[in-house]
Amino acid sequence: MAGVLVYVETANGDMRSASLPAITAARELAQHHGGGVTAVMAGATIGAAASEAARYCDRVMVYDDPALAAVLAETHAAVLAAAMTETGAGALVATASSTGKDVLPRVAALLAAGMASDVIRIKGPRSFRRPAYAGNALADIEVLTPIVVASIRQTEFAAATPAASVGTIEQHAPIPVDAQGSEILGLHTTKSARPDLSEAAVVVSGGRGMRAAENFKILEELTDLLGGALGASRAACDAGMVPNDLQVGQTGKIVAPKLYIAVAISGAIQHLAGMKGSKVIVAINKNADEPIFQVADYGLVATWEQAVPALIAEVRKLKNG
Amino acid sequence: MKILVPWKRVPNPEQKLKFGGGTLDLSGATWQVNPFDEYAVETALRLTEKGKGGERSGEVVLVSLAPKDATQQMRGLLAMGADRGILIDGQDADLDADVVARTLAALVAAEKPDLVVMGKQAVDGDSGQAGQLLAGYLGWPQATFLATIRLATDGKSATVTREVDAGVEEKRVRLPAVVTVDLRIIGKKAVRNEALASADAEWEDSPRYASLKGIMAAKKKEIREITRDSLGVSATPRVKTLGFEAPAGRKAGVKVASVEELVAKLHNEAKVI
Repeated sequence: MAGVLVYVETANGDMRSASLPAITAARELAQHHGGGVTAVMAGATIGAAASEAARYCDRVMVYDDPALAAVLAETHAAVLAAAMTETGAGALVATASSTGKDVLPRVAALLAAGMASDVIRIKGPRSFRRPAYAGNALADIEVLTPIVVASIRQTEFAAATPAASVGTIEQHAPIPVDAQGSEILGLHTTKSARPDLSEAAVVVSGGRGMRAAENFKILEELTDLLGGALGASRAACDAGMVPNDLQVGQTGKIVAPKLYIAVAISGAIQHLAGMKGSKVIVAINKNADEPIFQVADYGLVATWEQAVPALIAEVRKLKNG
Repeated sequence: MKILVPWKRVPNPEQKLKFGGGTLDLSGATWQVNPFDEYAVETALRLTEKGKGGERSGEVVLVSLAPKDATQQMRGLLAMGADRGILIDGQDADLDADVVARTLAALVAAEKPDLVVMGKQAVDGDSGQAGQLLAGYLGWPQATFLATIRLATDGKSATVTREVDAGVEEKRVRLPAVVTVDLRIIGKKAVRNEALASADAEWEDSPRYASLKGIMAAKKKEIREITRDSLGVSATPRVKTLGFEAPAGRKAGVKVASVEELVAKLHNEAKVI
């Protein structure tokens, strides 16, 4: 059979919403390859996640196995390669999340397939557009192997909506996998009630100019008022003002919200690479010459101490009509 | 401990790109070591040191697939302290991450390192594939996007922390393994070989500069030039780049005079709040 496989991630037994854009990309790619979209899911006790994925895909192949509970590239890549071989699918797609970026190239090696990373547009069965040079160039590439592996940039494909009919779920017998001694010892996460950075409609980010961790409180207030997610530049993360997983940029998260507010961020190209796709960019910085103003739709030359409290008051006024 | 560090030369990322005829014009580019690979070299050096400027134990071998003029950057990395270099003939136009990985796999078979340390991505292609492909071809454990690495006293495993979307993941890998490093690997206490360095060992939070002594020593260090043929690799690219285009620039924005004006524009004009 032809068709396209999509690696659907799970977290704590649920399907990760980060995989929904990959399902959209898989549907697009399936139009070029023929056949349907099959989700491949690997983990332990992931029945609920599989039922959720079946709302979006024609078929769900479930590898429910305690040996796959830890998301290890060593084991998950083996499962994906086996599923590709078994189905004879023409393509494998996943979101370029930290997991997708870790696992997919390893699958490509196992399948002797060419891989396109961080795809932003599908141009044909094997042709893709993707950013390079920190987003300062767009490359058109062609995968030359019969099988195509592609990771897609989450912000460039819409989240999939449920299909007209629910797909079939197929429990797959365990296949031998070898973790090669690799073990996950722990995951240190920052708990937050805010939306996920990569999916938020509004992102408020602070930079080096915020100077200290406690000064981020006022940015959090603005963030929550706008129902957004908090981000930061590398400088702010490195200075320990906020956890590293808030970093927006070439290293860190790629975001493309409707509204991006950069406060006290100079705008190094590595940072711009992570937020240039935002619909509207606001820059607040006391120095009018900072490069952030070159990409900002609206620039305000002011210190954050002056601007942010005033901004909070003004937004509140607007919300209260 | 023998550590192999593959590195790539890239056009200076701060330079403005020149486009022409549907592709990139790199004729005026100045070349440098990919920043993440420089961090990988620094990581490898720390893993073979007792502490900053301390006694060394182990070998750091550099390798690059590049034209001959990359010798210049190779010397720079040798001047930082790496022991020897291998330059495998290659032009970027004939290479993709996959050819690089298959070539490196053949070199690993010959050199038999305990660990391969490389950058998480090259800042020109931004593909981020080579390390994971290499681990896949070798059938070795892998750990990507490292923020820290600790080599066990017995030299048989490494405990690492990885920068992942949800935060920081702690992983243990058996050696030999392939690891790729992220920015924070150059933190003061991010890297330690427990067999060599004490728990309070710390380094600068940047890659080291070459000392004059290091530069002099590097002149005598071996850079072996070999071909892919000599490694028995006849791989051809699996991905072809058809061309490059400049992204649509963002429209020049406006400066607003006040917060009131900003909010009014966001509400009435951009309609985002």
